[in-house]
Amino acid sequence: MGIESKNFSLDVDLLAYSGIVFSPEQRAALQTSMVILKEQYRFKSIHLWGKILGISDDYFIVQGRSKNELTERQFLYSKDCINWSMLTAATDEAKELSPMCQGRFTGDASHEFEVKKFTVTNEGTEEENIDEEKARLREEERLAAVLWQIEQDSLIIPRGSYVLQPNGDVERNRTFEGLTATEAGKLTNYFHFREPIQLQQKSLLYRASLDKSIQFLDTVDEDIPKGSWSVQYERGTGLIQIRSLKWLGMSFFHIPETNRYGSLYYGIGEENKDLPFMI
Amino acid sequence: MMPTMYNSTNSAAGDTEKQFIDAKAYILAATTKDGTNLYDHLAHCLTRLLNEQPRNSADIFEDISKNVKSEASRPQQDTLRDRAAPDSEHTLAEEQKPLFDKSDNVEELDDEALQSPLPNLLECAYYFEQSGIGLGREETYRIWLSLKQLVDKYQFEKVRFWGKIFGIQKNYYIAEVKHGDDDTADEEDEEEQKDSEDDKEIEDEEQEQEEDPLPKPTFKPPPEVPKEEKGTGVNKLSYYVCNHPGMQWVKLPQVTPAQISQARNIKLFLTGDLNRTIDSYPSYPGVEKHYLRAQLARISATTHVSPAGRFKFNDEEEEAEEEGGRENYQDNEEFKGGLLSLLIKVASIFILNFAGAALSELIDEEFNGWVHHVQHILPQGRTKWWNPKQDSDKGEENEEEEEEMKAEGSEEIEPESGPPLLTPIGADTEIDGIRPWTAKISSTLIPQYACAFVRSNLWPGAYAFARGMIWENLYVGWGHKYAMTDYGPQLPPEPAAEYTDGPDIGETEDPSPEEEARARASQEEAAEEGEEEHEEELEDDEGDD
Repeated sequence: MGIESKNFSLDVDLLAYSGIVFSPEQRAALQTSMVILKEQYRFKSIHLWGKILGISDDYFIVQGRSKNELTERQFLYSKDCINWSMLTAATDEAKELSPMCQGRFTGDASHEFEVKKFTVTNEGTEEENIDEEKARLREEERLAAVLWQIEQDSLIIPRGSYVLQPNGDVERNRTFEGLTATEAGKLTNYFHFREPIQLQQKSLLYRASLDKSIQFLDTVDEDIPKGSWSVQYERGTGLIQIRSLKWLGMSFFHIPETNRYGSLYYGIGEENKDLPFMI
Repeated sequence: MMPTMYNSTNSAAGDTEKQFIDAKAYILAATTKDGTNLYDHLAHCLTRLLNEQPRNSADIFEDISKNVKSEASRPQQDTLRDRAAPDSEHTLAEEQKPLFDKSDNVEELDDEALQSPLPNLLECAYYFEQSGIGLGREETYRIWLSLKQLVDKYQFEKVRFWGKIFGIQKNYYIAEVKHGDDDTADEEDEEEQKDSEDDKEIEDEEQEQEEDPLPKPTFKPPPEVPKEEKGTGVNKLSYYVCNHPGMQWVKLPQVTPAQISQARNIKLFLTGDLNRTIDSYPSYPGVEKHYLRAQLARISATTHVSPAGRFKFNDEEEEAEEEGGRENYQDNEEFKGGLLSLLIKVASIFILNFAGAALSELIDEEFNGWVHHVQHILPQGRTKWWNPKQDSDKGEENEEEEEEMKAEGSEEIEPESGPPLLTPIGADTEIDGIRPWTAKISSTLIPQYACAFVRSNLWPGAYAFARGMIWENLYVGWGHKYAMTDYGPQLPPEPAAEYTDGPDIGETEDPSPEEEARARASQEEAAEEGEEEHEEELEDDEGDD
C-alpha cells in the first residue's frame, strides 16, 4: 500500500511504533523527489513503499500507480532519495529464482548472485536424478522479484477502502470512513491487495452473497500458516498496527473511524522461512 | 411487463401528463426491503449530490446511493445503545497519566538534586533519528518518563534504555540497569532455586527408603553448568521489562547457562506474556521470561559496541586468570582518538578525558573504530569457562562412581574460549561471506554535524551510533538472529543401546550333524562313567548297611 506522498509527513510518524523511522534529511529528500517523479512519469498517485536494507547500501523504494491501482504499478528505487531508477517488472525466471537465492542484498544493483537450482529428472523411476544447475541472478532482478512477492504476500488494505468500478478499475473509495475500533482488530476486515486467489476457490453460493464492489479480494485471515499476522493496538484503540510475521518489517497502520491507513516495508528483504517453527 | 418508452417529444400533452403520473406512481410504489421507497431514495441522493457537489459525481454515484441507504437504516440500531463503552484509548491515557506527575523533590533545581542515573534519552533519540533508527519522539518521551519512574523507585548505579522487542500480542520495552551494592532484589531468585532443590532432595529420600530399590541406570546426565554470579559475566547487568510505558516494570531473573545454550537451539516469536510456556523441541528450561532474558544476553554480548578507546582495562586486573579473560574495564581517562594518540602519549602530560573518536575512523571499512564492551558468550552459555570435571571430583562421595568417571572420562576437556574483551568488531566472524556489520554516516549532504552509526547484520535490529563524546546502543526488532540457512530443529538423539554387544550374548551357529554326533558320543561316555561311579557308591552303601 505504501504511504501516499500527499499524506507523507503526517503518516510516516505513525509507523514509528513499529520501529520505522526516517531521518529528517531523508524525509525532505523523499518529499521533493516523489513530487518530481509523479510529474515525470505521469503517475496518478505516488507512494513511498519502503526501504530494503543492504550490506553496504540501502534501497529506498517508491511505487507509482495509474488509474487501476491493482494492476498498474511501477516501482522505482534509489540509494540516496535523489536519483531514482525505474525497476522493470520481474521476469518469471527471477520470480522463480529469488526464493532460492541466499544472502543479503549487497547494495550494488549490478551484483550477481549465484543460485543453485535443483531439478529432479525422471522422477519416480529408477533413474531419478537430482540435477544441480547454477543460474545467475542480478540484484536488480532479485529486488524486483522480492518486491513483487512481498506485495503478493503481505500488502493489506482495510475492507471497503477500495472499490471495484463497473469498468474493472480498482480505485480508492472516496466515501470510506474507516473501520470501527472493534472491526479494526479482526483480520477478516483486511484484504490482500493483489489479484484474488482464494476467492476463486470458494463456492459459488458464497460468492453470490458477496458485495462485488467491495469484496473482490482475498481476506487476510485465511493465510497459511494461521497466525502469521500480529495485530496490536497502540494508544488504546486510537491506532492499530498490523505486522506481518512472514515478511518481517512489513507494517501496516490504521486509525479507526478515519480514512487514514498505510503501510511500509522496512527490512532486509528476505522472507521469514522459519515462520511455522516460530509461532 | 413490457417497459414502455417515455419519450415526451413523441406524445401529445395529455399523454405526457398520464405517463408522468404512471411513472411517479411506479417510483413511489417500488420499495426496497426495508420499506423505503424509490422516490424518497432518489430524492435523498439528489439532495445529497446537490448539497455536497462532489467533483466526479457520476463516477461515485453508486457509492452515494449505497451510503444513503445505509444511513437511512441506521437509526433503528442507535436506540439500543445508551452509553458509549469505555474506550480502551481512554483507559490507556488514564494509565499513562501518572507518568506525567511531578515527583516531590523537583523543587530544588540545583545540581545535586538533579543527579540521577537517568540517561538523556531524547538526546540519543535525536542522533538515532538522524540515522533513521528509533521509535518516534513521542514514544521515546513516554519511555523516558517510564524509566524515570523506575529510577525513582529503586537505587541504581546506571540505567539505560536497551530497546524494544516486538511480540505477537504485546511488545516489550527493556531497560538495562546496573545495580548498586544492595542485594535485596535477588532474594526472589534465590528462593525459587532453593524450592526446586528441596523438591529434588525429598524425591531422593523417598527412593532410598524402598526395600527393593530399582536398578539405577548407568546413564549420568552431564553436570549442570552453574550460572554466573550476579554482577559478573552474563549476569553483570539486570533487565527490567514492561509491555508499554506506564506499566509496572518487571524484573527479569538471572539467566542460567542452560537457558542461553538452549535458546540457541530454538527460534520462537515472543508473545508479550512473560509467563507463557515454551513448547519446543528440545524442551526449553524456562518460560518466556527466561527465553527473553537469554535472548537479551545473546544480543548484548554480540552487538553492544562502543567507539574504540572509550573503555580501557582496569590496571589492577593486569594478570589474566587461568581461563577467563580480563573482565573489568573502566572509562578511559587517557584517550585522545585518532592519529594524535601516539604523540600525546609521548609528549603531553596534561591528558584530557576521552575527546571522542574521529568520524572517519568510525565508518572505516576495517571496523577498527568500534569495540565490543560486553564479553562474548561461550558455547557453554557462560562468559568464563567452567570445567565440569572440577566439580565432579569435589562433590561426589560415592567411590564407585568416581572410579567410573576416571576410567571413562580421562580425556582432557578442551576449555572453550572466545575473543577477549575490547576486540574491535572488524574481527567478528563473517556470515557466509557477508560482513557482520554495516557502518554508515547519517548524512552525506551535511557531514559536519553528522554522526556515524553501525548496524549489525547478524542480529538485524541492533544499532549503535557515535558522535564525539556521545554514543549509545539500541535494539529495535523481533529478537532473532539472521541465518542464511533455514532453521531446522534438533533431531531427537539416537536411542541408547540396551545392552553391550559381547560374545556371550552373540548368537552362534547351530552345530553341524557331525559335531552333534561327537558331542552325543562324549556325553554318553561321561554318563556311563558317572553311572559306574554311582553304582559303586550304591554298592558301598549297601555294603555298609
